[in-house]
Amino acid sequence: MSEAREFKYIGQSTIRPDGFDKVTGRANYGADLSLPGMIWGKILRSPHAHAMIKRLDTSRAEAFPGVLAVATHSDFPSVTDQAIESGEGSLTLLDLARNVLAKDKVLYHGHAVVAIAAKTSAIAEQALALIDIEYEVLKPVMDVREAMAAGAPILHPDMFTQGLAEKPTTASNVATRLEYKMGDIEAGFKDAEVVVEREFYTPTAHQGYIEPHACTVRYEKDGQSMIWCSTQGHFDVRASTAKLLGLDLGKLKVIASEIGGGFGGKTTVYLEPVALILSRKSGRPVKMIMDRDEVFKATGPGSATRSWVKIGARKDGTITAMQGRLAYEAGAFKGSPVMMGCMTAFTPYAVSNMYIEGFDVVVNKAKVAAYRAPGAPQAEFAVEMLVNELAVKLGRDPIDLRLQNAAKEGTQTIYGPKFKRVGLVECLEAARDSKHYQQALAANQGRGVAAGFWFNVGGQSSVHINMNPDGTGTIVEGSPDIGGSRASMQMMAAEAMGIEPGRLKPIIGDTENVAFSAGTGGSRTTFATGMAVIEAAEDVVAQMKQRAASMWNVTAEQVEWVDGVALNTAGEDRLSLAEICAGADRTGGQISGRGNINARGAGPSFAVHLCDVEVDKETGKVDVVRYTAVQDAGKAIHPKYVEGQYQGGAVQGIGWALNEEYIYGADGLLENAGFLDYRIPVASDLPMIDAIIVEVPNKFHPYGVRGVGESGIIPPLAAVGYAVENAIGVPVTDLPLSPPRVFNLIQGKG
Amino acid sequence: MRYETPTTTKEAATLLHKEKGQAHILAGGTDLLVRMKMGMTEPTLVVDIKHIPAMQAITKSAAGFKIGATVCGAAMTEHAALGKAWPGIVEAANLIGSDQIQGRCTMVGNLCNGSPAADSVPAMIAAGAKAIIVGKDKRRTVAVDKIVTGPGKTSLAKGEVIEAITLPARLPRSGDAYLRFTPRTEMDIAVVSAAVNLTLQRGVVKTARVVLGAVAPTAVIVAKAAKAIIGTKLDDEALEKLAAACSAACNPIDDKRGTIEYRTKVAGVLAKRAAKIAYQRAGGTL
Repeated sequence: MSEAREFKYIGQSTIRPDGFDKVTGRANYGADLSLPGMIWGKILRSPHAHAMIKRLDTSRAEAFPGVLAVATHSDFPSVTDQAIESGEGSLTLLDLARNVLAKDKVLYHGHAVVAIAAKTSAIAEQALALIDIEYEVLKPVMDVREAMAAGAPILHPDMFTQGLAEKPTTASNVATRLEYKMGDIEAGFKDAEVVVEREFYTPTAHQGYIEPHACTVRYEKDGQSMIWCSTQGHFDVRASTAKLLGLDLGKLKVIASEIGGGFGGKTTVYLEPVALILSRKSGRPVKMIMDRDEVFKATGPGSATRSWVKIGARKDGTITAMQGRLAYEAGAFKGSPVMMGCMTAFTPYAVSNMYIEGFDVVVNKAKVAAYRAPGAPQAEFAVEMLVNELAVKLGRDPIDLRLQNAAKEGTQTIYGPKFKRVGLVECLEAARDSKHYQQALAANQGRGVAAGFWFNVGGQSSVHINMNPDGTGTIVEGSPDIGGSRASMQMMAAEAMGIEPGRLKPIIGDTENVAFSAGTGGSRTTFATGMAVIEAAEDVVAQMKQRAASMWNVTAEQVEWVDGVALNTAGEDRLSLAEICAGADRTGGQISGRGNINARGAGPSFAVHLCDVEVDKETGKVDVVRYTAVQDAGKAIHPKYVEGQYQGGAVQGIGWALNEEYIYGADGLLENAGFLDYRIPVASDLPMIDAIIVEVPNKFHPYGVRGVGESGIIPPLAAVGYAVENAIGVPVTDLPLSPPRVFNLIQGKG
Repeated sequence: MRYETPTTTKEAATLLHKEKGQAHILAGGTDLLVRMKMGMTEPTLVVDIKHIPAMQAITKSAAGFKIGATVCGAAMTEHAALGKAWPGIVEAANLIGSDQIQGRCTMVGNLCNGSPAADSVPAMIAAGAKAIIVGKDKRRTVAVDKIVTGPGKTSLAKGEVIEAITLPARLPRSGDAYLRFTPRTEMDIAVVSAAVNLTLQRGVVKTARVVLGAVAPTAVIVAKAAKAIIGTKLDDEALEKLAAACSAACNPIDDKRGTIEYRTKVAGVLAKRAAKIAYQRAGGTL
């Protein structure tokens, strides 16, 4: 596509179609559906981090007046060990079944054991106390170091490390060892004149979406079972739940409610299959809502990690070698995003010699789930901290050093492909030229620069556009809207059809009224579903031209489509889209367009962030005083929402860097399962995040779109981390940089 | 659960005195309702005191200020004379919760909740505030520092209700200040806090009171810290002595919000900063 292309609607900041419902409270979220005869489900959760279930007797609870169903793991039909689709996360069906209701063993504090459905939530709550359960408490394993140590308690006696040269004979907490390499790492370090290396730690961090998980379900023996829930991918909810319960896909309808945040955490199921079992047993619709405590304890946060990274460079600044070893906590079941960590860590750099190995390690914490660019922020934290150190050692400006080594078109990546056109250089230049970067620092302040890379994905999306007789229409898509994507769909369809965006209403269809669509994750929706929307809109236009041609007795090729109007090139006739729709009954029936695609050609989005902090050296408190997020959008369909994505990613990353962490006691119990002590930043904690949109078009999308949702969370950990290091003059290795930790660093007790 | 709305303090005290089960007073409800929702308490009786006129106002007299037990944080902010005389108390009360919470929360609730980290309590104690306590048969007035006896515990007898807090008449050239340390700017709980109230004579500290929060089971009056600054113009040496005395007075716990060492050090830092603010508010020049 041409970079100079002019758009009529794309690039404006229109009002979001779902905005009024949300600000007036009319929007219906996961907990907002109630059905006649509905009952309430509650879950008994493990009070231990690691224990065998020695005895489980639910008979007293079952006999309690008002209790209508009780579910345990034994209610799952025998499930098999097969991988399932769950957005960006990774889980086998067997593990999923054991995660939603424990089998024989509890593996983390808050692990679900028994579910009860009763006439009221109060009765269900009371009945939970009547479940007789005996545990044999085991020693918990709370960190990859402990988990990987010889003689560590083993979570899964049937788990043997995959990916080793020799097949292991003893069970291990390491599920997988993997490696990526390019060039000759030893030669690379031999060639280096300056070498930096360090070990790093990042804590378990939760996505912190505001809306807890919730669903209302109805099991119908003969007809259609139904799930209403808050999810990023209702087709994935259907697939997982149908497989767990042994249902045909056609027998289960899933409706995605409005969603109050997900960030990857709503790409899997927790309540839905359990609720459906309770409904099947009771014959009643069942509603389940997690409270915040349950969300923190039992849904999937992002992995805690330990990493070691070493980088070598020549004095002229050429990076000659990058090496790393990453160990990621998967939580109770295998499947951390360590592979993505390995694939992204060094990818902002064009370096000939790279070697990275990764370990997927189980520990007694909740199974991790996807969290915005899963795996990348932790890996990039380590790499970018060291690149900043390298810049100091080489006496170079950190942006200049990155520009010298930046990945660009043609750069070979460690994970396979060579880059097509990418915008890292443009982002670095925009950061360098920003007013922020020119501003001098005051006393007690420090500055950090960091880059980040995310692949972005395409995949299957299905869309149809139904036109109405008055020339308005409905865009039916299958991708839940987390970040304002309905507005983007509306604008792309309007652009393709040449009509005002407000004439098209975008909606998210349920699993029956639109064909399969992959979930909203991987920054895919505006790219892939957008392509499907454009295809459907072009299909509508083609049909419009045919209808006009038939009215004028010309061929469709003789009809031109300009700004929503058909023009007869063989005469003076004009027919507007509305006129063609009004006459559709006479030209062959109503018009609908279709775009069912498997999108390829997702364009990576690079981000570069600048962070200035001020450190109170007497208390260790860090204040972010200025922050700029630069990122390549390819093409910003709706610039305000693109900025919102950059700012949101930055804020989550800043929170992760400064205060967010799961705090466990020595017994493995989570001590801060709430927003009071799991400190996401509040508005007054942060300055306005300046967003700079760079547009290097992705030629595989008709309008040049790259996904923008995830890259923004990758740079902040190192941007903040290095800013603190710069301010206090002490190396930073561990996050979060909470006041006591920074205080200790200043006191020399890091 | 019974819910009662008495219109006099004595009536409230009588209801509470008679109750055999778990009785709670409801003012703003910002602690009680949360505890009830979390299942930490299941009251058989809730006495809502918001309908008692004697508890609803801030009044100023020659004797000082009287702040009714149901006056919320936001109402304190809007009271210009109170803010002028006791800015430290108002800023302490305003740190509780968020804007929404400020429309409900009360200083008396903050006091009776008995949290070692309560924001308004060190400031009230530094000011020499007193509580007017009403029982079924008698009234008594007690210094605020005698109310909380431990985490979640008070010296109030069964059936006793605090009707109001009184603050003494403000002497000229006086100032107070309250600072707390939290990782976030708001929606947080003090890791450590310090209140300082002082009066100057020709730029020299004549009287002072220094109180720390969140460093011991109850707020701590640090007499040695006050002594360190009395007779000084808050020179660096006096401030260092003040900080050292505060750190020495700490008896904190290690928990998820802070370590013993951290709380001990930061207590001194905050006390120094609060003393400087109070000094300037009293008209002193640093």
